[in-house]
Amino acid sequence: MSDEATMVAEEAPAVEHSLNDAVPGAIIGEWAEETEKALFVAPDKLLPLLRHLKENEAYDYLSSLTCTDYLSYGGKKRGGISERFDVVYHLFSTANKGGSLNLHVRVPEGDTVDSATSIYPGANLQESEVYDLYGIHFAGHPNLRRVLTWDGFHGHPMRKDWKEAYFEEDAKPFRSRHPKGGYQWQEDKLPWGKNATYPPEWDPETWEKPISYVPVSQAPHHKPGDIDTDSLVINFGPHHPSTHGVFRMLTRVEGETIIALEPEMGYLHRNHEKIGERNTWLMNMPFTDRLDYINSMSNNWAYALAVEKLAGIEVPERAEYIRVIMAEFSRTLNHMWGIGFILNDLGALQTPAQYAIEEREMILDLFEEVSGARLMCNYMRFGGVVRDLTPGWVERARYLANERLPRALDMLDRLLSDNEIVRGRGYGVGYLPPEDLIALSISGPMLRAAGIKYDVRKAEPYGIYDRFEFDIPTLSDGDIYARYYIRLLEAREAVRILQQALRDIPGGEVQGAPAYASATLDQGFGTIMGGKGGYTLRPPEGEVYHRVEAPKGELGFYLVSDGKANPFRYHVRSPSFINLNGLGPMSVGYKVADAVVILGAIDIVLGEVDR
Amino acid sequence: MFGSGLLKGLGVTIKHIAETYIDDGKDSPSRYENSIDLGNGRKIIRQSMDQEGLLTIQYPEERRLLPERFRYIPMLIWDTEKNEDRCTACGICAKVCPPQCIWIVRDSDDAGKPITRPAEFYIDISVCMSCSFCAEFCPFDAIKMNHDFELAVYDRYPNLIYDKAELTVPVEYYATLWPVQYEQEETVRHQKEEEDKRKAEEKARKAAEKKAAAEADKSADKPKRSSEEIQALKERAAAAAKAKQSDGADAKKARLEELKRKAAERAKQRRENDE
Amino acid sequence: MTTTPEGGFQALKEEQIQQYLHDSIVVPEELQANVLVTTVDKIYNWSRKASMWPLLFGLACCAIEMIATASARFDLARFGMEVMRPSPRQSDLMFVSGTVTKKMVPAIVRIYNQMAEPRYVVSMGACATGGGPFKEGYTVVSGIDKYIPVDIYVPGCPPTPEALIYGLMKVHEKVERQSIQQVPWYRKERSEFVPIPVLGPDIFDPRQVQLIREHTLGEGAAQAATDDGGGITLKPNLLTAEQKQQLREIKARYMAAKQPA
Repeated sequence: MSDEATMVAEEAPAVEHSLNDAVPGAIIGEWAEETEKALFVAPDKLLPLLRHLKENEAYDYLSSLTCTDYLSYGGKKRGGISERFDVVYHLFSTANKGGSLNLHVRVPEGDTVDSATSIYPGANLQESEVYDLYGIHFAGHPNLRRVLTWDGFHGHPMRKDWKEAYFEEDAKPFRSRHPKGGYQWQEDKLPWGKNATYPPEWDPETWEKPISYVPVSQAPHHKPGDIDTDSLVINFGPHHPSTHGVFRMLTRVEGETIIALEPEMGYLHRNHEKIGERNTWLMNMPFTDRLDYINSMSNNWAYALAVEKLAGIEVPERAEYIRVIMAEFSRTLNHMWGIGFILNDLGALQTPAQYAIEEREMILDLFEEVSGARLMCNYMRFGGVVRDLTPGWVERARYLANERLPRALDMLDRLLSDNEIVRGRGYGVGYLPPEDLIALSISGPMLRAAGIKYDVRKAEPYGIYDRFEFDIPTLSDGDIYARYYIRLLEAREAVRILQQALRDIPGGEVQGAPAYASATLDQGFGTIMGGKGGYTLRPPEGEVYHRVEAPKGELGFYLVSDGKANPFRYHVRSPSFINLNGLGPMSVGYKVADAVVILGAIDIVLGEVDR
Repeated sequence: MFGSGLLKGLGVTIKHIAETYIDDGKDSPSRYENSIDLGNGRKIIRQSMDQEGLLTIQYPEERRLLPERFRYIPMLIWDTEKNEDRCTACGICAKVCPPQCIWIVRDSDDAGKPITRPAEFYIDISVCMSCSFCAEFCPFDAIKMNHDFELAVYDRYPNLIYDKAELTVPVEYYATLWPVQYEQEETVRHQKEEEDKRKAEEKARKAAEKKAAAEADKSADKPKRSSEEIQALKERAAAAAKAKQSDGADAKKARLEELKRKAAERAKQRRENDE
Repeated sequence: MTTTPEGGFQALKEEQIQQYLHDSIVVPEELQANVLVTTVDKIYNWSRKASMWPLLFGLACCAIEMIATASARFDLARFGMEVMRPSPRQSDLMFVSGTVTKKMVPAIVRIYNQMAEPRYVVSMGACATGGGPFKEGYTVVSGIDKYIPVDIYVPGCPPTPEALIYGLMKVHEKVERQSIQQVPWYRKERSEFVPIPVLGPDIFDPRQVQLIREHTLGEGAAQAATDDGGGITLKPNLLTAEQKQQLREIKARYMAAKQPA
């Protein structure tokens, strides 16, 4: 981790100087903090700067775009700039690997920012999200609308001064719980007994629903002389067996061919970030389980890594190995599950999924034994993992990794890869050229299925991935079949890492302090977990963006600390959400039935899409 | 070849069926190898890693062996030796709880001075996220995670708001569920107790050597519970749990209503004061 | 390897599952004269409970455990539930499996209305039951029972497959207790239609319009009703005149495009 930080620190000044030469007046300041270096960009110079970075500096990948509301910032005034909103860009280079370039644009309330979509089309959904949650307008965005809430929702909920119906206090723990306690049912707080507030002077009887802009509502104009066919809008979801949860696709079809497709989400928007800013740092750990609920271990790890980077916490050797083992088990089961459900969408209802689940249960048994829960593991802590492995666990995991999983993957391979339906429906469907995938900020297996050898584990190694021998499989086709097959290959590589990690796992501590609470009676409560962790961790003021290669793609956490016990900003760059940028472009020109498979091959999880 | 995919798929299915039946044909099928037989056709099954064929756990007759660390919802530990709650109402669990579903009222003595005992303890099960932070951070080993998952109810309010009576279990029950951790904790506890005693002894020795010696004798031989006693305790706990289920709801509802009323009054008072 | 000692905790539960081991229905004394009806009830309820078809409908994390319950290891087919129907018209049982958000509630209520009687609703997991860990969130509904009647609540986050099956057995128990003479779906009145909630500035139930009006238009609307003055400040952020104009233009364009040429 420290290597990474120095790498960023060494790189940034050089780039910065050349940046001001290339685009005069673009960089107006910087925050040089221990964790990460941030550059301030003059709002009017943003687009020229981004264009320069993309064309001349090879920063071709816009990983994360988000916003922070500095209204109630408790620490020092960061960078001496007082504008309320801070739009943050994290750029990476897929060719040069290495760390990120952090750009910040500070704007006052009501100001607009130039949309980055003309340079990085992948900013599309992320800018819409910022508009939805913070109310910042992006000039030049093709389709700026509310994506997570609905048209007509009152206010922009992530603003620091926006309070929800069950609001109690700005930060947990709430004072009402102890010692006067009692019990108050949240529902009793409001006369209508529901989690809702209404603006004063709003009259439900005379109220009219605002007219929503439906992105696919425009019928195409036919050229004179063409046959004037009628096109229809077909709606998928939010309750539809093929949408992998509560997701909605609006499609405009002509015949059976899709001519426009727009994803519609927010049906599982659980206010992860708003709740996350109220939680203490540790409290967010079990909430991350519920992001990508198939891979709670990977999410735990990503969040733990980000906070460790921010607070400078060391992790013992054994814990590092355990984390790799858990993450790779998680990757294996995710890919098996994913393959099963791609096949489900292709019409092989249930059968491949059932065989994938059989092995999954074995992995879940192992998870349950160490962490106590099948799905929501909540296993990692800052500075280690919560408890050591149980006796005999490693032996059984070895059996699974050496014998059972390779056999199961071979079985799936034999069963499915030559299947004529899989081939017939997979070849050449959902194709997007590699440069478009990068421009759309798509990550994970989707990139590698199109021949781009980009994996965060190699590009910017975290944990102890540099110790293992593994390949990044790539396929060149970039179609559904390649996306199916790449998952199989990646699962094999994951098993390979597992075998090495389970072979080499050393003994020792799994966290900086004894695991059991009673053992620490004398040491004070703050020392219970991870030494410096504890439940009142207060990382130093600063910000951090850390990303990992989660099974679904690049999972990043952007955290801002003002030195208090609660994160000031807690943002999740979720792969499922941003990969959906590609859904429309991928589906256009194919049949409606293919859209279902294209969505399946993106492998989304709604908990992560909507957060 | 046309149809080969179909045949392969059927082949895999047939292989699974065959493996399952081969397993069934054995005297002791491998899925029952490590299981615990409870009689009357009921078993607790631990699936081994190398078991081939499909396993179906015939819940409710057969159950999966839950690992020690399995967590569902929290429970409060009643120390049967000292005959008191281990909870001291320090409020750490309520503070670390991520969804803030724990509500504690600290008890006070007749003079109104707060004492280290909870008067009321509520956990809203319809909010609890089973993260086990409360159990991890409790410095007194007073709150632990229960393995009981059979909690489905027909009525949510107030049945899913557990009060102190519903949450409390005897320490033996906890020792049965979490044997390894219990042992570790007891070791630490005894060490600490002995340490404390030793310190107290030394202090006391200066004042009265005789008294200290007597105390040390007492602590040397701790009474051990026989299995019958533990069984009896467990039965009592189960009976109590059952009794609570049947008639507790109405009383609790009334109690909660009362609390609600009180809270409303307090709020009113506060508002008036503000004005 | 650590194990629960023999019998152990599970033995405590013995009595609770006893009733499922011996599948007998005891005829209450006062009904014993009514043998025909009880026999019909028995057959009617037995066949209903043994072939209950759930709706193939997942919301969030709990849906993953629901799939695990339906798969080979826990096997819902043992309860006659292997056929998960994607269409509400063909299903008897709805698992509300996961966090219910305000944006999703109208769809859920519509699905519920489309289900034919007799229908049962299982609220699976903490979120569907009471909002769960996300209860405080601004788009999370604190329990699906605010909108549709729920038959059984299965707490847990997420409930393990066994916990879900236990909940289903409680549904079966409920079915067994019903009598063909009293069930509402053979009466003349149509079954209850739940009004579909509307997404306004915040979600509102059409049944509560008067109540909401009293508070938003009545006196003291600004400090909108919190029981203990929890500090709610409402900041309306409605559309600006400019945005309204834009939307009107879009609508006009849309209407124009829809007109037959």
